[in-house]
Amino acid sequence: MMWFAIFLVGLAAIAWAFRFAGQAATGKAPYFRDMTFGVAYGYVIGAAVLAWLAWAYMQGRSVDPLIANKFFFLRIAIEGFIICAIAAWLFRLLGRAVGTGWSRKMFRSMPLTASFGVLTILIYAVLAIFAGVLAPYGQEQIIPGVAANIVPGGDPALGGNPDFPFGTDQIGRDILSRLIYGAQNTVGIAFATTLLAFFLGGTFGFLAATLGGWLDQLLSRAVDVLMAIPSLIFALLLMTIASVWAPRTGIPLTVFMVLIIAVIDSTRVFRLARAVGQNIVVMDYIEAAKLRGEGMGYLVFREILPNATAPLLAEFGLRFCFVFLTIAALSFLGVGIQPPLADWGTMVRDLGGFVNYAQFAPLAATAPLLAAGAIAMLTIAVNFVVDWMLQKSSGLKE
Amino acid sequence: MGNVLKIILQRLALGMLTLLIVSVVIFVAVNLLPGDFAESILGQGATPEAVASIRRDLGLDQPLVVRYFDWLGGVARGDLGSSFAQANFASFTGTNSGTKTVADQIAPRFANTMFLATVTAVIAVPFAIILGIMAALYRNSVFDRATNILTLSSISSPEFFLAYILILFLAVLNPILPSLSNIYDGMAFGDRLEKTLLPALTLTLVVTAHMMRMTRAAIINLLASPYIEMARLKGLSPIRVIVRHALPNALAPIINVIALNLAYLITGVVVVEVVFVYPGIGQLFVDSVKIRDIPVVQACCLIFAAAYILLNLTADIMSILSNPRMRHPK
Amino acid sequence: MTEPLLKMRGVKLEGRSDEVWSPIINGIDLTLMRGEVLGLIGESGAGKSTLGLAAMGYTRDGVRINAGTVEFDGIDLLAASAATKRNLLGKRIAYVAQSAAASFNPAHRLMDQHVEGPVQHGVMSRTESESDAIELYRKLRLPDPEQIGFRYPHQVSGGQLQRAMTAMAMSCRPDLIIFDEPTTALDVTTQIEVLASIRDIVEQFNTAAIYITHDLAVVAQMADRIKVLLKGDEVETADTRTMLAAPTQEYTKSLWAVRSFQRPRKPAVIVGAVPVISVQSVDARYGTTPVLHDVSFDLHEGRTVAVVGESGSGKSTAARCIAGLLPPAAGQILLDGQVLPPDYRKRSKDQLRQVQMIYQMADTALNPRMSVGRIIARPVQFYLGLTGAVKRKRVDQLLEQIEMEPTEYYNRLPSELSGGQKQRIGIARALAAEPKFIICDEVTSALDQLVAEGILRLLAKLQDDLHLSYMFITHDLATVRAIADEVVVMKDGRVVERGPKDVMFKPPHDPYTELLLSSVPEMDPDWLTNLLAERGVDDIGGAAVDKM
Repeated sequence: MMWFAIFLVGLAAIAWAFRFAGQAATGKAPYFRDMTFGVAYGYVIGAAVLAWLAWAYMQGRSVDPLIANKFFFLRIAIEGFIICAIAAWLFRLLGRAVGTGWSRKMFRSMPLTASFGVLTILIYAVLAIFAGVLAPYGQEQIIPGVAANIVPGGDPALGGNPDFPFGTDQIGRDILSRLIYGAQNTVGIAFATTLLAFFLGGTFGFLAATLGGWLDQLLSRAVDVLMAIPSLIFALLLMTIASVWAPRTGIPLTVFMVLIIAVIDSTRVFRLARAVGQNIVVMDYIEAAKLRGEGMGYLVFREILPNATAPLLAEFGLRFCFVFLTIAALSFLGVGIQPPLADWGTMVRDLGGFVNYAQFAPLAATAPLLAAGAIAMLTIAVNFVVDWMLQKSSGLKE
Repeated sequence: MGNVLKIILQRLALGMLTLLIVSVVIFVAVNLLPGDFAESILGQGATPEAVASIRRDLGLDQPLVVRYFDWLGGVARGDLGSSFAQANFASFTGTNSGTKTVADQIAPRFANTMFLATVTAVIAVPFAIILGIMAALYRNSVFDRATNILTLSSISSPEFFLAYILILFLAVLNPILPSLSNIYDGMAFGDRLEKTLLPALTLTLVVTAHMMRMTRAAIINLLASPYIEMARLKGLSPIRVIVRHALPNALAPIINVIALNLAYLITGVVVVEVVFVYPGIGQLFVDSVKIRDIPVVQACCLIFAAAYILLNLTADIMSILSNPRMRHPK
Repeated sequence: MTEPLLKMRGVKLEGRSDEVWSPIINGIDLTLMRGEVLGLIGESGAGKSTLGLAAMGYTRDGVRINAGTVEFDGIDLLAASAATKRNLLGKRIAYVAQSAAASFNPAHRLMDQHVEGPVQHGVMSRTESESDAIELYRKLRLPDPEQIGFRYPHQVSGGQLQRAMTAMAMSCRPDLIIFDEPTTALDVTTQIEVLASIRDIVEQFNTAAIYITHDLAVVAQMADRIKVLLKGDEVETADTRTMLAAPTQEYTKSLWAVRSFQRPRKPAVIVGAVPVISVQSVDARYGTTPVLHDVSFDLHEGRTVAVVGESGSGKSTAARCIAGLLPPAAGQILLDGQVLPPDYRKRSKDQLRQVQMIYQMADTALNPRMSVGRIIARPVQFYLGLTGAVKRKRVDQLLEQIEMEPTEYYNRLPSELSGGQKQRIGIARALAAEPKFIICDEVTSALDQLVAEGILRLLAKLQDDLHLSYMFITHDLATVRAIADEVVVMKDGRVVERGPKDVMFKPPHDPYTELLLSSVPEMDPDWLTNLLAERGVDDIGGAAVDKM
């Protein structure tokens, strides 16, 4: 604790020196002259963090396996970050060079984070659609004659097997194949759920906004009540009930889960659709159309919906992330997507224990992190794209 | 002042009404179950006598409305009924003594969860608000962009991913904190805190990111208002602009952000408690869901919903109180 | 020759939109002597506010000064450190913003905000500053000067807030005040008091000022010298009287000429003719709040009735009643002698077609996702059943009628049009229904004067060609003078006075009409002085205005 305090004071001294040197070197340029001490301190802390990361990375490449193991994950993270950044940069370069004028213009104004997001979403989409072709083994296939718990990495010296680059799970299924099928199952189910939630929430939301009156009151109050129950808790409660119904009706539990999450999530979509709809409905051009004597269909499909697409699209991204994370959480808790379907949340739960081997066999610990990382990566990607879209539509404001 | 009091009382009444309707929703949802609990508990080969006995024990032979008011009356007295798992056990052994009620089961775990939430809030709230204000003040700087990426990533990651990452770095690779939170009664505060720290840090990561982004947005919104420009054009120092002109108006949005995120914590605890085997109400809830212990599920659900409604209500009332238009009517 | 107080040389400003910097001000020189008031005038987008702020060495986010110098009393503001600038702002250079309601901090009392400047700059102690504030409030003729400072901003009316803000700007007795459109958001009768107060106090303390506005008549009252800006360039600068009497540049002349547009008088209505629209004793309420009382007037074919009043007078509500959006609580509305159903949903397609509306904000009146062609084509198809090439031909014809080239504009989106062009599309959409009667709701108030004049001329021409009848809702008496045949003056939901325009603009008037008419600024630089002398200085605006 004492050392930490001394360290901070030391940094403060460096910060002061940094600002002073900046002022002296640039002959009191306005930037340094008006720089507050806090800003200078911030720069120094930033530099210290970067220096530590560089040091840790070098430790990760150390020949001593004990030290290297300790910094293995940090090394992987830094390398992964750099690779992602380069991939995103190359992808943006590609996007600027080929394609229609419209798409080129999009890529020109795109930050690196958004281009990373678009690239990742594309990769996931390809994996999900062509899972059957890309995966070397079946998702439920227990490969005969292959040991369980093969360590990822494919290096026989460390307990791996080159045929199974990501190793095998606790009952000897190929993890790579299950990860790829997971894209199909987890992402596909989340996507379908979000679509359903949008269909429900959007329809009722726009209806409430355009018709107003008692229908609006009724729907809004009902949504208020449903939203007063935290969504994951409500989902768990309903899943308990569904788990009794599923065997009796013969409908798979996963179908129930899709319905339950869609209904819970549609309340949030309803709120947004209603708000967006109400903003549009008060516009003079809607009044003009009403005064012209236009019918409901024309109003909704020609006048309202075309103006609601941008906010709804951004919301679709956010809702998808939310649904996706909820499903992952349910599966992780053991009440979501049911085995033998390969699913990332379930995989994390099954393989989670391996994290504890990280100190001695870092590769073994990567298996659960891969599945969890796969979930995080996609939601991060979607969020980056949505963030960019929202910033674009808010214009100069920020 | 009378006006404000009236509005607050209205909000309180509305909150109570919502809670009441929520209790109906929960109760009805649970009773949508097909057939009979008793059957499903005892399984296929149960004798009719055993089923009837359990039914009587649990009051399942009463009509729905009566059962609802029984349950609600019980809740009002702090009696949440008895757990199926326990009742089941009792009827098999033929004794009725030693049955633990739901309330007995929930109470200690509720205290544990509150402890976890408090520790999280104590770390997360000041941290998030300071970061949020800094990001707003230095918006579009390197710092702002970096925190934007970090918080977006943190929000996007599932809680269990963050939990495993923290376990990996803080428990396995650098054994600083324990990865299992086996808390028991009568533990010293220091030990308890140490065991709670890792789950609390996980929750902090999630909640801080949300809270920080919302604070940043609120402050940026505020800084764009003409009266802040006016304060700058009066030649006031930057600190005075922030402290005297921005903060009093930022209070309402910030309080709102805090309450909303504490409400968000409620959902977060479920997964985190499971990962760290933390004996809180979230873990009890998930366990009960798995064994379909309906009275416990029902009670946990109600507690979560009540906390959620209460926090949202607090946010609502605090922002009314901090609005000068409300405090000083014309 | 003394040194000027403010000297700006070759100032260039740029603004950022979509990551691209584009020029706002392209090199402007400005010199201001001590105690002098300079009027800065221009249309929206001329960059006058940005220039005003640059005179304080301040730029908003997304704006930068990329060339030139700003020198205040010998201090180079662009090179000065942040601390030096802070020491000048508020103390020696003060600012009065357009919207006082938004520029006062809602969390603090007026007095706390007033004394903040003097106390922070070390000019006065808090008690000195407080008694000074009361003195200033008195000088600015605020009601209850002893107590008003202890109210919160939301407890004070807009006109009073604007004066309190002027008092705040005066608190350190600055050498220079920038007034950024301080009266634009106010009603005409309130505007008078604020103008008079500002002028007096600036004179009294011999403060130099830059007065920014788009209203020529206002600037004529306030400024010693006028500088005209157009799209970031200076058009001309001259002494106020010289500028008004003999502008040298074409643009300035055209600005001056706007107010001279007046259409020829029409022959009197034939006795016994059936009016196109007849409003008969209409009462209306929002919920339970009554908003209209016993409103009646007639409108004949080919004529224009102007409904005049300040905000809240019920003039727009009257229009909503006629359109059927707000069914009247009592009374009826006749179209060609036939009673119209009160609710538009009950009206026949033909009845709907006969009554069309043009809106104030062309931005919100056109669907941003529809092309110009589709917007105009819809009523053509909907009411007249035209399709295909016939429809296209009719749309082209309509575009020609509103003086827009069909091939160029047919496929454009509203966002690709200027404000005036959008308003023309709104007119074309109304014409497409081939109506008898058009409600024009403040159609020119969001437009710059030159553009507004173009719209008025177009509407006048269309009326002559197509024998249309207009109901013109406006708060601007210049518009009334230009286009109306009959005038209805409204206040608090009642018709105060009505009659032919010629009669209305000649005395004797109803007292409210008199107040309204006399409050409209005129181009004569002595107008305000004379008016104040006429009304008696102690009774500016009259009791009718100051309700607080």
